[in-house]
Amino acid sequence: MRMELIQPFINAADAVFAESLEGPTKIVDVEMDENAYRRKGVAALILIKGDIEGRVILDIAPEVAVTVAGVLAGTQMEASEQVVRETVCELANMVIGNSVTLLNDQGFHFKVFPPEVHMNEAGLAGSADTEALVICIETPCGDIFLNIAMRYLHRRRAERSAVPTLD
Amino acid sequence: MKQFAALLRRDNQPVRYLVVDDSVFARKNLIKMIEMFGGELAGEAGDGLTAIAEYNRIKPDIVLMDITMPQMEGIEAVERIVRQHADARIVMVSSVGYQENILAALQKGAKHFVQKPVKPEVLYEILRYVLSDDPNASGVPTALVGESRS
Repeated sequence: MRMELIQPFINAADAVFAESLEGPTKIVDVEMDENAYRRKGVAALILIKGDIEGRVILDIAPEVAVTVAGVLAGTQMEASEQVVRETVCELANMVIGNSVTLLNDQGFHFKVFPPEVHMNEAGLAGSADTEALVICIETPCGDIFLNIAMRYLHRRRAERSAVPTLD
Repeated sequence: MKQFAALLRRDNQPVRYLVVDDSVFARKNLIKMIEMFGGELAGEAGDGLTAIAEYNRIKPDIVLMDITMPQMEGIEAVERIVRQHADARIVMVSSVGYQENILAALQKGAKHFVQKPVKPEVLYEILRYVLSDDPNASGVPTALVGESRS
């Protein structure tokens, strides 16, 4: 687990939620996960590829998403699938944007892919060779979950080169 | 809620804004702040291409422009708008705030950059600064003597 790669996401999430949701936040649970991720609600999955790679999942219950939408828009929002989708994407984009700013300024170069929203009953595939950190952050609107798996690409290249090739 | 002195044009009319962001929430949030600053929403766009068309149509005093958007990204839209309108005042608003991005936007003609989530007091100061060299806008002096709004 590369905490130096994960810490920017935790810091960014904490700051973004506190600022955009207009209230205090608290990390209430942290656990390691090596299996396929079981969603709690609606999830946005964002892939990162480059000097470092991995993925971040932002997971939020639909009713919490609607409350968040109301705070972000400054007015009460009608619950709908569209509102939930847009809210999850907006939060994920803000967290990822702020995190990659920190990592990019440290000299890492990578591409961030647009969020994929998962709303169906299926779980999300975990990374076969990377353990993830699952964090639950308590916000004024309700709990928001982050599942973060990041690693250095050069480590993987080294692992690949260690595998004997067939001639 | 914090109160801000209205930012007005030199002719005492409200500053007219074009808000460009593919997120409906981000646009609503910025529009709420514009209203807090005594401004007027002249138009909205959800991508760079529409932003260019809207700019040509409404000629706003200020553009608030996101960077990552579908069809055409904000930095390319800035370049195209500034190529046609050298006096355009564009403030980039993005959650992606690393130096390369900021430099690219400034090199293409953006006047300033603010990172999301946007704090009203930060955006207010940036707008004051950007408006201060606008011959049509009052910038600092009128903003300070303007009416307070909640």
